[in-house]
Amino acid sequence: MAHAVSTSAGAHGGHDAGQGGGHHGDHHDQESLKMFGFWLFLITDVILFGTLFATFVVLRFNTAAGPTPAELIELQGIIISTFILLTSSFTSGIAVLEMNKGNKRGLILWLAITALLGASFVYLEVTEFMHLVHEGAAIGTSAYWSAFFTLVGTHGLHVSLGLVWMIALMLQLSRRGITPVTKRKVNIISLYWHFLDVVWIFVFTIVYLMGVM
Amino acid sequence: MEKHNTHGHDAHESHGGSMKSYVIGFLFSIVLTIIPLVVVLNDLLNKTATTVLILVMAVLQFAVQLIFFMHIKDEKKPRFNLMALIFGLVILLTIVAGSIWIMTYNTVAS
Repeated sequence: MAHAVSTSAGAHGGHDAGQGGGHHGDHHDQESLKMFGFWLFLITDVILFGTLFATFVVLRFNTAAGPTPAELIELQGIIISTFILLTSSFTSGIAVLEMNKGNKRGLILWLAITALLGASFVYLEVTEFMHLVHEGAAIGTSAYWSAFFTLVGTHGLHVSLGLVWMIALMLQLSRRGITPVTKRKVNIISLYWHFLDVVWIFVFTIVYLMGVM
Repeated sequence: MEKHNTHGHDAHESHGGSMKSYVIGFLFSIVLTIIPLVVVLNDLLNKTATTVLILVMAVLQFAVQLIFFMHIKDEKKPRFNLMALIFGLVILLTIVAGSIWIMTYNTVAS
């Protein structure tokens, strides 16, 4: 597999061999291989969330005579966080566009907007969790709430991790500027961010919308 | 995504999606979020129809993000990223559908 990948990347490198020369070709092979590696990471994350979703769906009625999602979930805040995350997925895309234009300031600005939207998402989620615990639905209350907090919390942790990563990347960009390496890193984090948005859409649909139905 | 790496140094040329495709993707994702919301909040359909509809909307939303934002279609052959993704989705469906199927016949405890 790895051999096949480097062969294909070699074919890609062939495009710029005319202008870039052998050394640059090798460099691009490395970068595109790293992108592929990140896709593989995303696949493992798909499987991680798959198991959590499976657990959640199986336990969706097991509230152990405690509070039910229909009683406690307040859709209003969830709708706001959904649109915040959707918008942040879009703004991280604009950051990539700015990068392709070679606009470092624009890139950092849009990454900052994305991180700010991500931070408000995390803030809303923490507030929601505190509200739920206050209402008597903690992680140990019933199988339902265990599955709920594990699934939604794992997504929230992913977003928080993405925030730390994005801030670190903004610092690196401001020092090193747009190089093939930082370019690849921005491409990867925007991929990660879009992926988290996709996961959230399923959390929103399966946990929240179906929970209040 | 691969496109960036392919062209590498000859920057300033737009690749990996344009503003237009991002805006279209964003509008699609907004619409695909509003439709299930309206249907669920106003009880427009019965429970089964609603479930099917909102799941379909979520899958479409996934496709929109993949195509307009993650540029899965722009990948050059051989499409290893896409193949890895499909492999992951097969595992995902097996885990989720398999769990539901097995546990449906294990409802004694509930």
